[in-house]
Amino acid sequence: MTGTGAVLEVEHLTKRFDGVTAVDDVSFSARRGEILGLLGPNGAGKTTTIQLLLGLTAPTSGHVRVFGLELPSHRRAILQRVNFSSAYISLPFNLSVRENLEVFGRLYGVKDRSERIARLLEMFEIPDVANTVTGKLSSGQVTRVNLCKAFLNDPEILFLDEPTASLDPDIAEKVRSALKRVQRERGVTILYTSHNMREIELVCDRVIFLSRGRVVAEGTPREILERADAESLEKVFITIARGGAIR
Amino acid sequence: MWGRVGALLLRYLYLYRRSLARSMEIFFWPVMDLLVWGFVTVYFQKLAAPRAVVFLLGAVIFWDVFYRSQQAITLSLSEEIWVRNLLNVFIAPVRTFEIVLATCLLGLIRATISASVLGLLAFGLYAFDVTTLGAALLPYLASILLFGWAVGMCTMALILRFGHAAEALIWGTPFLLQPISAAFYPVAVLPSFLRSIALLLPTTHVFEGMRATLATGRPALAPLLPAFALNAVYLALAGAFFGWMMSRVREKGYLARLAME
Repeated sequence: MTGTGAVLEVEHLTKRFDGVTAVDDVSFSARRGEILGLLGPNGAGKTTTIQLLLGLTAPTSGHVRVFGLELPSHRRAILQRVNFSSAYISLPFNLSVRENLEVFGRLYGVKDRSERIARLLEMFEIPDVANTVTGKLSSGQVTRVNLCKAFLNDPEILFLDEPTASLDPDIAEKVRSALKRVQRERGVTILYTSHNMREIELVCDRVIFLSRGRVVAEGTPREILERADAESLEKVFITIARGGAIR
Repeated sequence: MWGRVGALLLRYLYLYRRSLARSMEIFFWPVMDLLVWGFVTVYFQKLAAPRAVVFLLGAVIFWDVFYRSQQAITLSLSEEIWVRNLLNVFIAPVRTFEIVLATCLLGLIRATISASVLGLLAFGLYAFDVTTLGAALLPYLASILLFGWAVGMCTMALILRFGHAAEALIWGTPFLLQPISAAFYPVAVLPSFLRSIALLLPTTHVFEGMRATLATGRPALAPLLPAFALNAVYLALAGAFFGWMMSRVREKGYLARLAME
């Protein structure tokens, strides 16, 4: 970790796929306990950036340092201390919730797994699904089980790719509250992507707007709104998505 | 109605036109069957011994060990793709080697169970008692298991690289090797140019050794050395190929794309 308190440092990160630049010279950092929104229209490079930060995809150039450790040379040590959840991936549907969490608990070397699993299921208000086969859960329950998996190893950094995408407003609010609570209590850094701009305003301490792979705006939601002279992040999003620029 | 049927037909034809693996399915199985059973017929014509059934039953069990061990690797990782769990596995702090090893061990378990069941059935139905030669055949079973792992690693690397289009290889690759593995007939039955290729496969030496052991009742040790030497080479090559493909997959972003499709 650096003296600035940054747990995640991204420097001049670039990824090109067969001549197409998906991520273009992106630099940013995230401090401990910060919720950082990574925003942008479809194809802006958000998902590719997260893949690069998790070491799933190798960068064309640039550096990623997590806890002061360089990716990819310290990938396993880093992965031990981070986790990821996405609306677009799932846990095996033919295993029960408990079995799935047990498997991942073992993969992350979690001690007192039964206790931890019970606590997480309680935290996300789904204690009654522990023995249910994952394939029989509602999409909202699946999302919360995925979040339980993401919190299994007590991560210091959590990458959340549209975590509330399939949730109804009530459950989405509960998930947001749980995330904010964990952030406060555990000092977890969260990198958060969402297309729900109202949610981003509620959850994120700071946001980064990407467009065509480049960072086009960065700051707190309030700073961005002031610079864009806009009344909501949704308006800013639409401006950026349509090729407009903000100061 | 016919318009919809025609549209569906066109959709499948497009698929076959765009996928070599799918196109291969049309002629692959019949050609392989023809090759295998054609050579078996040639063998039977030359054979005037009642041992044929014993050899065939032994071959079926050994072939199944190979098939199950390679499938344990390919099906296990493919299953992660099918249930969209691949990224969860690859972002966990596990080495790729550990993932492959786990699937290899699964292959060992699957092959052991499968061989045991087949052995019991063969004993019950045909009085084929594999246990009378048990210890002598174990090195051959181990050798064929190792080759199954090597083939499984290569197949899985191709699936990770080429995605769902390559999934037909899970079932197809073993049968691509079957005609030249001399599984159901001696390698001598093959034409000379195929014989040279066959001798480069550990499976050929395993099946030759198995037949020699079953024929004499004594362990035939000579084919074991080339079988294990070739396995060492193929496992090293398969490991290197898997590693190289994984680096290509990471470079091209295929892992995430495959996992989130």
